[in-house]
Amino acid sequence: MPDKENDIIVCRCEEITLGEIRGWIDRGCDTVGEIKRVLRAGMGPCQGRGCQDIIMREISRRLNIPLDQVEAGTVRPPVKPIKIGLLADGGE
Amino acid sequence: MEWKNKADVVIIGGGIIGTATAYNLAKFGRGDVVVLEKGAVCSGSTGRCGAGIRAQWGTEMNCRLGLACLDIFEQLDDELGLPTGLNQGGYLLVAYSDKEFENLKKGMALQNALGVRTKVVSLSEAREICPALDASDAVGFTYHARDGHADPFLTTFAYLEAAKRLGVSYFKNTEATGVTVKGGKAVGVDTAKGHIDADVVINCAGPYAQYIAKLGGIDIPNWGERHEALITEPVEPGVCPPMLMSFSGNYYIQQRPHGSIICGVSPAGHPQDFKMRSTWQFITHMSGVLRKMLPSVKDIRVVRHWAGLYDMTPDGSPIIGETDVKNFYHSTGYSGHGFMLGPIAGRILAQHLTGSKPDIDFSKLDYRRFARGELIIEPNIT
Repeated sequence: MPDKENDIIVCRCEEITLGEIRGWIDRGCDTVGEIKRVLRAGMGPCQGRGCQDIIMREISRRLNIPLDQVEAGTVRPPVKPIKIGLLADGGE
Repeated sequence: MEWKNKADVVIIGGGIIGTATAYNLAKFGRGDVVVLEKGAVCSGSTGRCGAGIRAQWGTEMNCRLGLACLDIFEQLDDELGLPTGLNQGGYLLVAYSDKEFENLKKGMALQNALGVRTKVVSLSEAREICPALDASDAVGFTYHARDGHADPFLTTFAYLEAAKRLGVSYFKNTEATGVTVKGGKAVGVDTAKGHIDADVVINCAGPYAQYIAKLGGIDIPNWGERHEALITEPVEPGVCPPMLMSFSGNYYIQQRPHGSIICGVSPAGHPQDFKMRSTWQFITHMSGVLRKMLPSVKDIRVVRHWAGLYDMTPDGSPIIGETDVKNFYHSTGYSGHGFMLGPIAGRILAQHLTGSKPDIDFSKLDYRRFARGELIIEPNIT
Protein backbone atom coordinates (compact mmCIF):
# COMPACT_ATOMS: atom_id res chain seq x y z
CA MET A 1 0.00 0.00 0.00
CA PRO A 2 2.65 2.55 -0.93
CA ASP A 3 0.16 5.34 -1.70
CA LYS A 4 -1.55 5.07 1.67
CA GLU A 5 1.84 5.00 3.37
CA ASN A 6 2.72 8.32 1.79
CA ASP A 7 -0.23 9.94 3.57
CA ILE A 8 1.13 9.08 7.03
CA ILE A 9 1.89 12.22 9.05
CA VAL A 10 5.48 11.92 10.25
CA CYS A 11 5.98 15.38 11.78
CA ARG A 12 2.83 16.03 13.79
CA CYS A 13 3.75 19.57 14.79
CA GLU A 14 4.07 20.79 11.20
CA GLU A 15 1.85 18.10 9.60
CA ILE A 16 4.46 16.77 7.19
CA THR A 17 3.72 13.47 5.46
CA LEU A 18 5.98 10.54 4.65
CA GLY A 19 5.30 11.19 0.96
CA GLU A 20 6.62 14.76 1.19
CA ILE A 21 9.73 13.57 3.02
CA ARG A 22 10.34 10.84 0.44
CA GLY A 23 9.97 13.38 -2.36
CA TRP A 24 12.78 15.56 -0.98
CA ILE A 25 15.03 12.60 -0.20
CA ASP A 26 14.68 11.73 -3.88
CA ARG A 27 15.70 15.31 -4.80
CA GLY A 28 18.99 14.82 -2.95
CA CYS A 29 18.33 15.63 0.70
CA ASP A 30 20.18 13.02 2.74
CA THR A 31 20.34 14.65 6.18
CA VAL A 32 17.75 15.53 8.80
CA GLY A 33 18.94 19.15 8.60
CA GLU A 34 18.03 19.47 4.93
CA ILE A 35 14.59 17.85 5.36
CA LYS A 36 13.99 20.18 8.29
CA ARG A 37 14.89 23.28 6.28
CA VAL A 38 12.83 22.49 3.23
CA LEU A 39 9.76 20.98 4.91
CA ARG A 40 9.85 22.39 8.47
CA ALA A 41 9.71 18.80 9.78
CA GLY A 42 11.13 18.97 13.30
CA MET A 43 10.74 22.74 13.63
CA GLY A 44 7.57 22.70 15.73
CA PRO A 45 7.04 22.72 19.50
CA CYS A 46 8.39 19.17 19.97
CA GLN A 47 11.63 20.05 18.12
CA GLY A 48 11.84 16.77 16.23
CA ARG A 49 11.37 14.40 19.15
CA GLY A 50 8.54 12.69 17.31
CA CYS A 51 9.86 12.67 13.76
CA GLN A 52 13.65 12.71 13.72
CA ASP A 53 14.14 8.95 14.15
CA ILE A 54 11.53 8.20 11.50
CA ILE A 55 13.16 10.62 9.03
CA MET A 56 16.61 9.13 9.68
CA ARG A 57 15.26 5.63 9.13
CA GLU A 58 13.59 6.70 5.89
CA ILE A 59 16.82 8.31 4.58
CA SER A 60 18.73 5.17 5.54
CA ARG A 61 16.30 2.83 3.77
CA ARG A 62 15.80 4.90 0.67
CA LEU A 63 19.44 5.71 -0.01
CA ASN A 64 20.99 2.52 1.41
CA ILE A 65 23.04 4.43 3.97
CA PRO A 66 23.64 2.66 7.32
CA LEU A 67 21.45 4.32 9.94
CA ASP A 68 24.42 5.27 12.13
CA GLN A 69 25.85 7.26 9.24
CA VAL A 70 22.74 9.39 8.66
CA GLU A 71 23.39 12.90 9.98
CA ALA A 72 20.96 13.85 12.77
CA GLY A 73 19.54 17.35 13.23
CA THR A 74 21.01 20.06 15.45
CA VAL A 75 19.47 20.28 18.92
CA ARG A 76 18.82 23.93 19.73
CA PRO A 77 17.98 25.63 23.02
CA PRO A 78 15.76 26.07 24.94
CA VAL A 79 15.00 22.36 24.15
CA LYS A 80 11.60 22.60 25.84
CA PRO A 81 9.29 25.51 24.85
CA ILE A 82 9.29 28.28 27.50
CA LYS A 83 6.90 31.23 27.81
CA ILE A 84 8.22 34.65 26.75
CA GLY A 85 7.09 36.20 30.05
CA LEU A 86 9.08 33.67 32.09
CA LEU A 87 12.18 34.19 29.98
CA ALA A 88 11.85 37.97 30.26
CA ASP A 89 11.57 37.73 34.06
CA GLY A 90 14.61 35.48 34.11
CA GLY A 91 16.68 38.22 32.55
CA GLU A 92 15.78 40.84 35.13
CA MET B 1 25.98 13.24 -8.92
CA GLU B 2 29.07 12.46 -10.97
CA TRP B 3 31.98 14.88 -10.49
CA LYS B 4 32.65 17.35 -13.29
CA ASN B 5 36.23 18.20 -14.25
CA LYS B 6 35.22 21.23 -16.25
CA ALA B 7 32.51 23.85 -16.23
CA ASP B 8 31.91 27.24 -17.81
CA VAL B 9 31.13 28.90 -14.46
CA VAL B 10 31.94 27.65 -10.95
CA ILE B 11 30.04 29.30 -8.09
CA ILE B 12 31.42 28.95 -4.57
CA GLY B 13 28.59 29.06 -2.04
CA GLY B 14 25.13 27.44 -1.97
CA GLY B 15 23.16 30.13 -0.18
CA ILE B 16 20.68 32.53 -1.75
CA ILE B 17 23.36 34.45 -3.67
CA GLY B 18 25.00 31.36 -5.17
CA THR B 19 21.77 29.61 -6.11
CA ALA B 20 20.08 32.76 -7.50
CA THR B 21 23.18 33.54 -9.57
CA ALA B 22 23.33 29.95 -10.87
CA TYR B 23 19.65 29.94 -11.81
CA ASN B 24 19.85 33.29 -13.61
CA LEU B 25 22.98 32.30 -15.53
CA ALA B 26 21.19 29.20 -16.78
CA LYS B 27 18.04 31.18 -17.54
CA PHE B 28 20.05 33.64 -19.66
CA GLY B 29 21.69 30.80 -21.57
CA ARG B 30 24.92 30.14 -19.73
CA GLY B 31 23.89 26.86 -18.15
CA ASP B 32 27.17 24.97 -17.79
CA VAL B 33 27.36 25.97 -14.12
CA VAL B 34 28.59 24.13 -11.04
CA VAL B 35 27.60 25.27 -7.53
CA LEU B 36 29.95 24.20 -4.72
CA GLU B 37 28.65 24.27 -1.15
CA LYS B 38 30.82 23.33 1.81
CA GLY B 39 27.85 22.20 3.90
CA ALA B 40 24.31 21.79 2.61
CA VAL B 41 22.04 24.28 0.90
CA CYS B 42 21.00 27.04 3.31
CA SER B 43 23.29 25.79 6.08
CA GLY B 44 25.06 29.15 6.40
CA SER B 45 23.87 32.73 6.66
CA THR B 46 20.80 32.41 4.40
CA GLY B 47 19.17 29.69 6.49
CA ARG B 48 19.80 31.60 9.72
CA CYS B 49 18.54 35.02 8.64
CA GLY B 50 15.50 36.99 9.77
CA ALA B 51 13.78 36.56 6.38
CA GLY B 52 12.90 40.23 5.83
CA ILE B 53 12.50 41.88 2.43
CA ARG B 54 12.40 45.66 2.13
CA ALA B 55 12.95 48.69 -0.04
CA GLN B 56 13.08 51.16 2.89
CA TRP B 57 16.77 51.93 2.58
CA GLY B 58 18.99 54.91 3.16
CA THR B 59 21.13 54.77 0.01
CA GLU B 60 20.01 55.12 -3.59
CA MET B 61 21.77 51.87 -4.51
CA ASN B 62 19.97 49.80 -1.88
CA CYS B 63 16.59 51.46 -2.61
CA ARG B 64 16.96 50.56 -6.29
CA LEU B 65 18.10 47.02 -5.54
CA GLY B 66 15.38 46.55 -2.90
CA LEU B 67 12.58 47.81 -5.13
CA ALA B 68 13.70 45.73 -8.13
CA CYS B 69 13.88 42.74 -5.81
CA LEU B 70 10.28 43.23 -4.65
CA ASP B 71 9.23 43.08 -8.32
CA ILE B 72 11.05 39.75 -8.62
CA PHE B 73 9.71 38.30 -5.35
CA GLU B 74 6.13 39.15 -6.35
CA GLN B 75 6.28 36.73 -9.28
CA LEU B 76 8.97 34.34 -8.09
CA ASP B 77 6.71 31.40 -7.12
CA ASP B 78 5.48 31.24 -10.71
CA GLU B 79 8.93 31.72 -12.19
CA LEU B 80 10.63 29.02 -10.11
CA GLY B 81 7.71 26.60 -9.85
CA LEU B 82 7.94 26.22 -6.08
CA PRO B 83 6.60 28.41 -3.25
CA THR B 84 8.85 31.03 -1.62
CA GLY B 85 6.57 31.80 1.34
CA LEU B 86 6.21 35.47 0.41
CA ASN B 87 4.27 37.55 2.93
CA GLN B 88 3.90 41.26 2.14
CA GLY B 89 2.81 42.67 5.49
CA GLY B 90 5.07 45.70 5.08
CA TYR B 91 7.94 46.97 7.21
CA LEU B 92 6.95 49.20 10.10
CA LEU B 93 10.02 51.17 11.20
CA VAL B 94 9.93 52.63 14.70
CA ALA B 95 11.80 55.79 15.77
CA TYR B 96 12.45 56.59 19.43
CA SER B 97 13.82 60.12 19.15
CA ASP B 98 13.11 63.19 17.04
CA LYS B 99 16.50 62.78 15.40
CA GLU B 100 15.85 59.19 14.47
CA PHE B 101 12.40 60.08 13.12
CA GLU B 102 13.98 62.87 11.02
CA ASN B 103 16.43 60.31 9.61
CA LEU B 104 13.59 57.93 8.75
CA LYS B 105 11.77 60.77 6.98
CA LYS B 106 14.94 61.72 5.14
CA GLY B 107 15.19 58.11 3.97
CA MET B 108 11.51 58.22 3.01
CA ALA B 109 12.06 61.28 0.79
CA LEU B 110 14.82 59.41 -1.06
CA GLN B 111 12.67 56.27 -1.28
CA ASN B 112 9.64 58.20 -2.57
CA ALA B 113 11.79 59.86 -5.25
CA LEU B 114 12.87 56.40 -6.43
CA GLY B 115 9.35 54.93 -6.52
CA VAL B 116 9.24 53.30 -3.09
CA ARG B 117 5.92 54.40 -1.61
CA THR B 118 6.92 54.64 2.03
CA LYS B 119 4.68 56.82 4.24
CA VAL B 120 4.61 58.16 7.77
CA VAL B 121 1.96 56.54 9.98
CA SER B 122 0.56 57.57 13.37
CA LEU B 123 0.56 55.38 16.47
CA SER B 124 -3.10 54.47 15.94
CA GLU B 125 -2.41 53.61 12.28
CA ALA B 126 0.60 51.59 13.39
CA ARG B 127 -1.66 49.64 15.74
CA GLU B 128 -4.05 48.91 12.90
CA ILE B 129 -1.12 47.54 10.89
CA CYS B 130 0.24 45.63 13.89
CA PRO B 131 -2.64 44.83 16.30
CA ALA B 132 -0.53 43.62 19.25
CA LEU B 133 1.74 46.69 19.19
CA ASP B 134 2.21 48.87 22.25
CA ALA B 135 5.05 51.26 21.27
CA SER B 136 3.59 54.08 23.37
CA ASP B 137 7.16 55.39 23.85
CA ALA B 138 7.79 55.70 20.09
CA VAL B 139 8.19 59.12 18.46
CA GLY B 140 7.13 58.10 14.94
CA PHE B 141 6.79 55.37 12.34
CA THR B 142 7.34 54.87 8.62
CA TYR B 143 5.67 52.08 6.68
CA HIS B 144 6.08 50.56 3.23
CA ALA B 145 3.31 48.09 2.42
CA ARG B 146 5.16 46.11 -0.27
CA ASP B 147 7.97 45.16 2.13
CA GLY B 148 7.61 41.98 4.13
CA HIS B 149 9.27 38.62 4.42
CA ALA B 150 9.66 35.30 2.61
CA ASP B 151 10.96 31.88 3.60
CA PRO B 152 14.75 31.78 3.06
CA PHE B 153 14.80 27.98 2.99
CA LEU B 154 11.96 27.64 0.49
CA THR B 155 13.30 30.45 -1.70
CA THR B 156 16.81 28.99 -1.86
CA PHE B 157 15.60 25.45 -2.49
CA ALA B 158 13.28 26.82 -5.18
CA TYR B 159 16.21 28.54 -6.91
CA LEU B 160 18.33 25.42 -6.66
CA GLU B 161 15.64 23.10 -8.02
CA ALA B 162 14.89 25.48 -10.90
CA ALA B 163 18.63 25.77 -11.63
CA LYS B 164 19.01 21.99 -11.63
CA ARG B 165 16.14 21.68 -14.11
CA LEU B 166 18.08 24.05 -16.41
CA GLY B 167 21.19 21.86 -16.20
CA VAL B 168 23.11 23.39 -13.29
CA SER B 169 25.15 20.90 -11.21
CA TYR B 170 25.24 21.17 -7.43
CA PHE B 171 27.79 19.53 -5.14
CA LYS B 172 27.21 19.78 -1.41
CA ASN B 173 29.78 18.90 1.28
CA THR B 174 32.34 20.17 -1.20
CA GLU B 175 34.56 22.89 0.19
CA ALA B 176 36.62 25.01 -2.19
CA THR B 177 40.26 24.72 -1.09
CA GLY B 178 41.96 26.66 -3.87
CA VAL B 179 41.34 29.07 -6.73
CA THR B 180 43.72 28.47 -9.63
CA VAL B 181 45.05 31.63 -11.24
CA LYS B 182 47.12 31.58 -14.46
CA GLY B 183 48.37 34.67 -16.25
CA GLY B 184 46.21 36.92 -14.06
CA LYS B 185 43.05 34.91 -14.80
CA ALA B 186 41.02 32.53 -12.68
CA VAL B 187 40.97 29.19 -14.49
CA GLY B 188 39.73 26.69 -11.95
CA VAL B 189 38.86 25.66 -8.40
CA ASP B 190 40.37 22.98 -6.16
CA THR B 191 38.05 21.11 -3.86
CA ALA B 192 38.23 18.18 -1.49
CA LYS B 193 36.63 16.11 -4.27
CA GLY B 194 39.05 17.17 -7.01
CA HIS B 195 39.94 19.99 -9.36
CA ILE B 196 37.50 21.65 -11.70
CA ASP B 197 38.49 23.84 -14.67
CA ALA B 198 36.39 26.98 -15.10
CA ASP B 199 36.17 30.00 -17.39
CA VAL B 200 34.62 32.08 -14.62
CA VAL B 201 34.75 31.67 -10.82
CA ILE B 202 32.22 33.51 -8.62
CA ASN B 203 32.77 33.93 -4.90
CA CYS B 204 29.37 33.82 -3.16
CA ALA B 205 30.69 32.54 0.16
CA GLY B 206 29.12 35.15 2.46
CA PRO B 207 31.14 35.61 5.65
CA TYR B 208 33.70 33.12 4.33
CA ALA B 209 34.20 35.12 1.12
CA GLN B 210 37.25 36.81 2.63
CA TYR B 211 39.02 33.43 2.69
CA ILE B 212 37.88 32.39 -0.78
CA ALA B 213 39.09 35.76 -2.12
CA LYS B 214 42.52 35.12 -0.58
CA LEU B 215 42.70 31.72 -2.30
CA GLY B 216 42.76 33.66 -5.56
CA GLY B 217 45.18 36.29 -4.23
CA ILE B 218 42.55 38.99 -3.62
CA ASP B 219 41.98 40.89 -0.40
CA ILE B 220 38.47 42.08 0.36
CA PRO B 221 37.37 43.85 3.53
CA ASN B 222 34.78 41.34 4.73
CA TRP B 223 34.07 39.68 8.06
CA GLY B 224 31.45 37.63 9.85
CA GLU B 225 29.43 39.26 12.62
CA ARG B 226 27.35 37.03 14.89
CA HIS B 227 23.66 37.82 15.30
CA GLU B 228 20.98 35.84 17.10
CA ALA B 229 17.30 35.11 16.53
CA LEU B 230 14.48 33.10 18.06
CA ILE B 231 11.19 31.59 16.94
CA THR B 232 8.02 30.89 18.91
CA GLU B 233 5.38 28.23 18.64
CA PRO B 234 2.77 29.04 15.98
CA VAL B 235 -0.13 31.16 17.19
CA GLU B 236 -3.13 32.77 15.48
CA PRO B 237 -2.09 35.08 12.64
CA GLY B 238 -2.54 38.82 13.09
CA VAL B 239 -0.28 39.34 16.12
CA CYS B 240 2.49 41.06 14.14
CA PRO B 241 1.72 41.02 10.41
CA PRO B 242 4.43 43.53 9.39
CA MET B 243 8.15 43.31 10.00
CA LEU B 244 8.39 45.53 13.08
CA MET B 245 11.84 47.01 13.24
CA SER B 246 13.86 49.72 14.94
CA PHE B 247 17.47 50.70 14.37
CA SER B 248 17.96 52.43 17.73
CA GLY B 249 15.68 49.94 19.50
CA ASN B 250 17.84 47.21 17.94
CA TYR B 251 15.15 44.65 17.14
CA TYR B 252 13.13 43.11 14.35
CA ILE B 253 9.96 41.12 14.94
CA GLN B 254 7.72 39.38 12.41
CA GLN B 255 5.11 36.64 12.28
CA ARG B 256 5.37 34.01 9.58
CA PRO B 257 2.18 33.09 7.71
CA HIS B 258 1.97 29.76 9.55
CA GLY B 259 1.90 31.60 12.89
CA SER B 260 5.38 31.47 14.44
CA ILE B 261 6.95 34.77 15.52
CA ILE B 262 10.59 35.27 14.50
CA CYS B 263 12.67 38.03 16.02
CA GLY B 264 16.26 39.06 16.54
CA VAL B 265 18.68 41.69 17.78
CA SER B 266 22.31 42.56 17.13
CA PRO B 267 24.27 41.32 20.12
CA ALA B 268 26.26 43.79 22.19
CA GLY B 269 29.78 44.26 20.94
CA HIS B 270 28.97 42.79 17.50
CA PRO B 271 31.15 39.70 18.04
CA GLN B 272 33.32 38.92 15.04
CA ASP B 273 33.79 35.19 15.31
CA PHE B 274 32.55 32.08 13.61
CA LYS B 275 30.97 30.59 16.72
CA MET B 276 27.39 30.20 15.64
CA ARG B 277 26.12 29.54 19.15
CA SER B 278 23.14 31.21 20.72
CA THR B 279 23.34 32.65 24.22
CA TRP B 280 21.08 32.93 27.27
CA GLN B 281 21.76 36.64 27.36
CA PHE B 282 20.04 36.90 24.00
CA ILE B 283 16.95 34.86 24.80
CA THR B 284 16.22 36.74 28.03
CA HIS B 285 16.92 40.15 26.47
CA MET B 286 14.86 39.37 23.35
CA SER B 287 11.94 38.09 25.43
CA GLY B 288 11.98 41.36 27.36
CA VAL B 289 11.86 43.34 24.10
CA LEU B 290 9.01 41.18 22.79
CA ARG B 291 6.95 41.64 25.95
CA LYS B 292 7.51 45.38 25.86
CA MET B 293 6.65 45.79 22.15
CA LEU B 294 3.80 43.26 22.01
CA PRO B 295 2.57 42.81 25.62
CA SER B 296 -0.02 40.16 24.73
CA VAL B 297 2.65 37.68 23.59
CA LYS B 298 3.94 36.95 27.11
CA ASP B 299 2.31 33.51 27.27
CA ILE B 300 3.53 32.40 23.84
CA ARG B 301 6.37 29.90 24.06
CA VAL B 302 9.82 30.18 22.52
CA VAL B 303 10.68 26.90 20.81
CA ARG B 304 14.14 27.57 19.42
CA HIS B 305 16.93 30.10 19.19
CA TRP B 306 20.03 30.18 17.07
CA ALA B 307 22.87 32.33 15.78
CA GLY B 308 24.12 33.20 12.31
CA LEU B 309 26.60 35.49 10.63
CA TYR B 310 26.13 38.77 8.80
CA ASP B 311 28.73 38.95 6.03
CA MET B 312 29.90 42.48 6.69
CA THR B 313 31.78 45.13 4.68
CA PRO B 314 33.05 48.47 6.04
CA ASP B 315 30.15 50.45 4.50
CA GLY B 316 27.37 47.85 4.91
CA SER B 317 26.94 47.62 1.12
CA PRO B 318 27.75 44.54 -0.96
CA ILE B 319 30.73 43.77 -3.16
CA ILE B 320 29.66 42.83 -6.69
CA GLY B 321 31.86 42.50 -9.78
CA GLU B 322 35.13 41.34 -11.23
CA THR B 323 38.43 41.64 -9.34
CA ASP B 324 42.04 42.35 -10.29
CA VAL B 325 42.17 38.64 -11.13
CA LYS B 326 40.28 38.43 -14.39
CA ASN B 327 37.23 36.15 -14.48
CA PHE B 328 37.26 35.98 -10.67
CA TYR B 329 33.98 37.60 -9.65
CA HIS B 330 32.53 38.41 -6.26
CA SER B 331 28.94 38.72 -5.09
CA THR B 332 29.18 38.94 -1.35
CA GLY B 333 29.37 41.23 1.69
CA TYR B 334 25.62 41.84 1.81
CA SER B 335 25.98 42.87 5.46
CA GLY B 336 22.84 41.21 6.78
CA HIS B 337 20.57 41.74 3.78
CA GLY B 338 21.78 39.06 1.38
CA PHE B 339 18.54 37.11 1.45
CA MET B 340 16.39 40.10 0.53
CA LEU B 341 18.74 41.26 -2.22
CA GLY B 342 19.67 37.77 -3.50
CA PRO B 343 17.12 37.56 -6.32
CA ILE B 344 18.19 40.89 -7.89
CA ALA B 345 21.89 40.27 -7.15
CA GLY B 346 21.74 36.95 -8.98
CA ARG B 347 19.93 38.53 -11.89
CA ILE B 348 22.21 41.51 -12.49
CA LEU B 349 25.46 39.57 -12.26
CA ALA B 350 24.07 36.91 -14.60
CA GLN B 351 22.97 39.62 -17.05
CA HIS B 352 26.49 41.05 -17.00
CA LEU B 353 28.04 37.61 -17.56
CA THR B 354 25.73 36.82 -20.46
CA GLY B 355 26.43 40.00 -22.35
CA SER B 356 23.29 41.97 -21.58
CA LYS B 357 22.91 45.23 -19.74
CA PRO B 358 22.16 44.68 -16.04
CA ASP B 359 18.81 46.07 -14.81
CA ILE B 360 20.80 48.04 -12.25
CA ASP B 361 24.33 49.31 -12.81
CA PHE B 362 26.43 47.74 -10.06
CA SER B 363 29.81 49.19 -11.04
CA LYS B 364 29.84 51.36 -7.88
CA LEU B 365 29.78 48.17 -5.80
CA ASP B 366 33.25 47.26 -7.08
CA TYR B 367 35.53 46.16 -4.20
CA ARG B 368 38.13 48.76 -5.16
CA ARG B 369 35.79 51.45 -3.76
CA PHE B 370 37.25 50.83 -0.32
CA ALA B 371 40.77 51.66 -1.49
CA ARG B 372 39.46 54.70 -3.35
CA GLY B 373 37.52 55.86 -0.30
CA GLU B 374 34.23 55.87 -2.26
CA LEU B 375 32.15 54.16 0.37
CA ILE B 376 28.39 53.72 -0.01
CA ILE B 377 27.47 53.98 3.65
CA GLU B 378 24.11 52.41 4.43
CA PRO B 379 22.58 54.01 7.55
CA ASN B 380 19.52 51.76 7.70
CA ILE B 381 20.96 48.60 9.21
CA THR B 382 20.81 47.10 12.67
